[in-house]
Amino acid sequence: MAELLVLIDHSEGKPRKVSLQMLNAATQVAESAGDTVAAVWLGEGGADAAATLGAHGAAKLYTWDSADAHGYVTLPQVEALQQVLETSGAEVLFFSSSNHVKDVAARLAIRVDGGVITDATNVEVEGGKISATKEVFGGDLITRCTFADGKKQLVGVASNAFPVVETGGGAPEVVSVDVSLSEAAQASKVTSVEKQGGGDRPDIGEAAIVVSGGRGLGNEEGFQLIEQLADVLGAGVGASRAATDAGWYPHRFQIGQTGRTVSPTLYIGSGISGAIQHRAGMQTAQNIVAINKDAEAPIFQIADFGVVGDLYDVIPKLIEELEARKS
Amino acid sequence: MKVIVPVKRVPDTAGEKKIDDGTMTVDRESVESVLCPVNEFAIEEAVRLKENQGAEVKVLLMGPESAQPVVRKALSYGLDSGLQITDEALAGSDAIGTAKVIAKALEGEEFDLVIFGNQSTDARTCVVPAAVAEILGLPSLTYARHLEVDGDKVVVHREHEEGWDVVESTLPAIVSVVEAINEPRYPSFKGIMAAKSKPLDVKSAGDIGVDTSQVGQDSAAAVLTSFEPRPPKEAGTIVEDDGSGTAASQLADWMASKKFV
Ligand SMILES: Cc1cc2nc3c(=O)[nH]c(=O)nc-3n(C[C@H](O)[C@H](O)[C@H](O)COP(=O)(O)OP(=O)(O)OC[C@H]3O[C@@H](n4cnc5c(N)ncnc54)[C@H](O)[C@@H]3O)c2cc1C
Ligand SMILES: Nc1ncnc2c1ncn2[C@@H]1O[C@H](COP(=O)(O)O)[C@@H](O)[C@H]1O
Repeated sequence: MAELLVLIDHSEGKPRKVSLQMLNAATQVAESAGDTVAAVWLGEGGADAAATLGAHGAAKLYTWDSADAHGYVTLPQVEALQQVLETSGAEVLFFSSSNHVKDVAARLAIRVDGGVITDATNVEVEGGKISATKEVFGGDLITRCTFADGKKQLVGVASNAFPVVETGGGAPEVVSVDVSLSEAAQASKVTSVEKQGGGDRPDIGEAAIVVSGGRGLGNEEGFQLIEQLADVLGAGVGASRAATDAGWYPHRFQIGQTGRTVSPTLYIGSGISGAIQHRAGMQTAQNIVAINKDAEAPIFQIADFGVVGDLYDVIPKLIEELEARKS
Repeated sequence: MKVIVPVKRVPDTAGEKKIDDGTMTVDRESVESVLCPVNEFAIEEAVRLKENQGAEVKVLLMGPESAQPVVRKALSYGLDSGLQITDEALAGSDAIGTAKVIAKALEGEEFDLVIFGNQSTDARTCVVPAAVAEILGLPSLTYARHLEVDGDKVVVHREHEEGWDVVESTLPAIVSVVEAINEPRYPSFKGIMAAKSKPLDVKSAGDIGVDTSQVGQDSAAAVLTSFEPRPPKEAGTIVEDDGSGTAASQLADWMASKKFV
């Protein structure tokens, strides 16, 4: 019986939602292959998260309890994972498809002779290997990829591709890992971390609802209306590139081909035309709402519910209606 | 200072793309191909280093002969020279295979800094820059939204979901940039004309010492097995706002029916 490794993406001592979703994906894969799931926590605080990880499917937890894991760029995590892969004999590693983690996987692939697939929206076992679903070319094509024989399988899982499911598992066996870093791994120091956050709003990659605004807002102040709607729904706030380019909202909230990919249960786009580069980042949303004054806007082609109208008329009324239904 | 900018030819996102059923690779001749737009940000950063610090900049592309216009396009922004790696044996390489070739090409060059795009717009793997850095044993300072070079020191603000990390390292180093880093200029007419006569080397896999049994489609670690076009979406409900507020109320009803409220 082999181990299937899941690299836990965490922030402020807590696993990110995508980590619990990956544990669910891994649990399903492990069941069909007769394997067990082992979580890997790099950085401080792993032991405190053990119970949560166990409850979501981890039978084992490898932790490297050291601030060095994120104190230098990428390589400490690569060296730790290489060590865990070698000692556990695992062939498969799941990781979150966030920017910095993809780098860890890329460098690791070179060290352990692996292949990398990122942003998988589904994973299955076929012929004893992982088969992953991935969208390419702005989402126009949906591909299935697998790995060549004998390669380590490094699989980047997309956010919100799997639900969070409690398996009722108990505390995992905790294995503490000690890594002595090479000199190279300590060559590029992280001197500070600038956290900008989205205030109290959920991260758009994790949020169940995302409300986003585009050029149709007309100005920066328009985002106050978008934020107001988001807050009624407990949603995250996103933007089109036209809006981030104009400086109305920070780039890290951009949704699309060159921004974040979001897959919420509900996406509400206002004043956004729905260019393919924008759709590439949101069309896997389960439900899409569009508010746009141009009935011909391409976003209506993928909308489950569309309102043709001026967003400055529609959104304030929508907020009223939603608040009335809440109370 | 010597800077190298690796650029990729990609199918225009807004164009129609086909994958060749037989070879399971993109039929790149069937669609309009362009310089990957993300690379324009890398080129802009390199041009600024040229203007401010006298950097000498070479553009590097791995791709078929027909991709040469993309190298010339990159040169038209004012870069100094080009290197194209072209070989039948490289067709169908995956991201790791591509990284191996680019790393080999870089081994034969002198450089202080390599500036990648953080991703390519077609497959968006974001794997090549860090994999190249690993092969060459260099730091990978990727997702730069800000880049500063001072002597042999480089400071990068690496963008992530919550903000950015400020990191520093010594040169030589590998960086990749995100589109928040700058506003790329357009090539000037003079630049476009000058690009035609800039030195451009074309080399084969063998010329740069790539072991062709390690790269190309047959040695890819990640393999495409099937693909399909995105299934069309069923038409949704579209209502028109007539100013009475009915549309907002219908939308709220729909949201309530789906339990979003
Ligand atoms: C390489 C590349 C990468 C890109 N990456 C991204 C990306 O990651 N994300 C992204 O979003 N875009 C991206 N783009 C840009 C994309 O092509 C579009 O230009 C962009 O998405 C347009 O943004 P928009 O919909 O806000 O603006 P527009 O296309 O200008 O649409 C504005 C819409 O607002 C509507 N409108 C105006 N006023 C009102 C009103 N009062 N009420 C209601 N509706 C109104 C209009 O009818 C219009 O449909 C990229 C482009 C390229 C070339
Ligand atoms: N065939 C190629 N030739 C040169 N550079 C490339 C090639 N493929 C990818 N790159 C570089 O690697 C970056 C990231 O691409 P990717 O990892 O494919 O998303 C791109 O922006 C380019 O700078």
